[in-house]
Amino acid sequence: MSASVAPAATPSRPAPPRHPRSRGIRRGEAGAGWLFVSPVILILGVFLLVPVLMALWVSFSDWSGRGSPLSGSVSFVGLDNYVAITTGGGLAERDFGTALRNNAWYVLLVVPLQTVLSLFLAVLVSRRILRGRGFFRTAFYFPSVTSSVAITVLWLFLFSFAGPVNQILSAIGLAAPNWFSDPRGIVHVALAAVGITDGPDALTGTGFLGVSWWDWLSGPSVAMSAFVLMAVFTTSGTFMLLFIAALQNIGVELGEAGMMDGASGWQRFWHITLPQLRPTLFTVITLGLIGCWQVFDQIYTGTQGGPAKTTMTPAYLSYTSAFQNQDWGVGAAIAFILFVIIIAFTLLQRWVLRDRPVSKRRIRAYQPRAAASTPSASPKGADA
Amino acid sequence: MKRHTARTMLAAGSLAVASSLLLTGCGQGFSGSGSDPSASAGGLTSSDKPLTIMIGSSGDAETKAAQDAVAAWSAKSGVSASVVAATDLAQQLSQGFAAGSPPDLFYLSTDQLAGFASNGSLKAYGDQLSNKGDFYPSLVKNFTYDNTFFCAPKDFSTLQLVINENLWTKAGLTDADIPTTWDQLAAVAAKLTSGTTKGLVFGGEYARLGAFMAQAGGRLVSEDGKTAEANSDANVTALAYVQKHLQDGTFAYASDVGAGWGGEAFGKQLGAMTIEGNWITGALGDYPDVKAKVVELPAGSAGKGTLQFTNCWGMAADSPNQKAALDLVEYLTSADQQLAFSKAFGPMPSVQSAAQTWKSDNPSLVAFLNGADYAQGVPTNKGAADVIKDFNAQLESLKTGDPKKILDTVQSNLEAVVG
Repeated sequence: MSASVAPAATPSRPAPPRHPRSRGIRRGEAGAGWLFVSPVILILGVFLLVPVLMALWVSFSDWSGRGSPLSGSVSFVGLDNYVAITTGGGLAERDFGTALRNNAWYVLLVVPLQTVLSLFLAVLVSRRILRGRGFFRTAFYFPSVTSSVAITVLWLFLFSFAGPVNQILSAIGLAAPNWFSDPRGIVHVALAAVGITDGPDALTGTGFLGVSWWDWLSGPSVAMSAFVLMAVFTTSGTFMLLFIAALQNIGVELGEAGMMDGASGWQRFWHITLPQLRPTLFTVITLGLIGCWQVFDQIYTGTQGGPAKTTMTPAYLSYTSAFQNQDWGVGAAIAFILFVIIIAFTLLQRWVLRDRPVSKRRIRAYQPRAAASTPSASPKGADA
Repeated sequence: MKRHTARTMLAAGSLAVASSLLLTGCGQGFSGSGSDPSASAGGLTSSDKPLTIMIGSSGDAETKAAQDAVAAWSAKSGVSASVVAATDLAQQLSQGFAAGSPPDLFYLSTDQLAGFASNGSLKAYGDQLSNKGDFYPSLVKNFTYDNTFFCAPKDFSTLQLVINENLWTKAGLTDADIPTTWDQLAAVAAKLTSGTTKGLVFGGEYARLGAFMAQAGGRLVSEDGKTAEANSDANVTALAYVQKHLQDGTFAYASDVGAGWGGEAFGKQLGAMTIEGNWITGALGDYPDVKAKVVELPAGSAGKGTLQFTNCWGMAADSPNQKAALDLVEYLTSADQQLAFSKAFGPMPSVQSAAQTWKSDNPSLVAFLNGADYAQGVPTNKGAADVIKDFNAQLESLKTGDPKKILDTVQSNLEAVVG
């Protein structure tokens, strides 16, 4: 488009020199620049880029964990490692399917819960009339700075068979589950409560990755639900901090304008505050998604994948395949599939949260009854 | 401008790759010399390099005993050696092997043997041991992979029945009632069940239920390790027996009564009997009120049966001083040294020549050592550990499951890794 205009705009300007950096007072600047960034490039290269590339190579090789993966005795096996966990039809495939199932439910519950809770807490402690705001901010943030291993141990104690949580539950007359040894999925438990214990053949007969659709729909196990609660408990403090920062950046003018127009508190939050938090929302959900798909330390220190593999996650499966079974290629392949899943989810939510043109319905609401006064917003809107 | 950025990034990237490859290339671990396949067969390396011994210690007592023993050997042989207690043995070993600088000697469990043996990390030195004939044959079989005896069994343990004597007499039972058949076991378990105390509590996993399978004459993998026989009638009978009594409430899994393992349930008197190995004696120190009596497990239709667990002294193929390492293994597995270990932290010696002394030293634990005569090992095929993990996952719901169906799944999983 602009190609036809550009020459006319600068008719008399001389052609730029081909190598501006080789002449004059700025000579050597590029070299100095490279010198200054080289430590970072070197460090990132050695500790990030090369390990990632080597892991990628391992996922396509038959490296068995002895000696260098780049030595001559290691050979390229193509997609064998990926095939083994996605179409093998054996235990490896079912394990991978189970791990994905567990983690998908974990993500599905943790990400929305922690986002909503952290936003709620942030709004709560940002209110100017609240006394002792500093105390509450610290209190809500505290679980986030505690190490996840310590929190896991605490959780194992709280949710043990005769632990405080179960004592409270039985004190108020609720059935106390045996949290960390209960492999039943909560959706299955709910269905069993209304008398459905076996799925229809359409769901039990077929499946994906060696796990039947009925089992995909089982929901997180009771044990995994305890981890879901823990993740929400520990991470909402961190994300609350992000939301507080974003809330402080929002000017009061729009809110006051809304107030003048008679918007209720909820309407102001939903239509004025929340849209302005969109960039922070994107950050929080992205970080949440990444963190949830990579959940490892709670599993490693807490349950080691049990009961009945219902807390096994791809990250933990990758670890056991590599370090315990010496199947390094499979372990690396799982890690890269996980990487692709995370990228896909991030792109998806970026697309969902994209800036959209104002919808026609919305525009209509803002138009004066007389109409035809805002042709620029939408040519068709003028007709309505 | 855009193109310029792209070119810069490309340059930066390639510089990074080139420089880091250079760096790693200079590093010791990536020389590639560690993958010499001939190292795992034939002669031993010899040099004056010091030895490193990595152990997965159960506690200070074990670490100290190992350090003392190795120091005594060092003084005798003149080769310096140091003991490292690993925090995560599997991971630290893997790191060592990948870097080409593994410890010379290390604890190795049966389920790790196949993985490390098949990738050439291990030196198979079993046949060169001067005390080879002294080890229990079933233990030697545990550490035989591809018809090669890889490493010397360090010690071992078997499962037996542990009885709470107070609850036993309170229920009106005497020594004459000690069960020798499955029916008798079910009968005493029913008598011992009262209130929150179950008759027999054990971990819901193959490493406990496998004893019942052995008593019925079953096993997961045939004795030569070549055929899967998980869904045999014997195994189905065994699981059906356990299931029946899980359902009538006289048996229970440790997790179902809120305990981490059988020993904890036994100590807290949530179970009047449990099935555990000789490691339980250490744990019972926490429960001074509980008086334990160890007897042999009852016999099933195929006679007595139990499972045994063992570790060996693995030797790295990359070790520069295997000759000295072999000498150290012979020293550590000698009858005298194993009896000293036994005194320090309680394991059972893996050599037959130490049996008599051990029995007279530990009269209350004799049943455990008697088990060596009929115990079977757990499968050691590569990938079998995963199958057993999956089996354990299914055993957790044995109470409501179908034993035959569970074993059929195990069978098809095992067939993929056996043979």
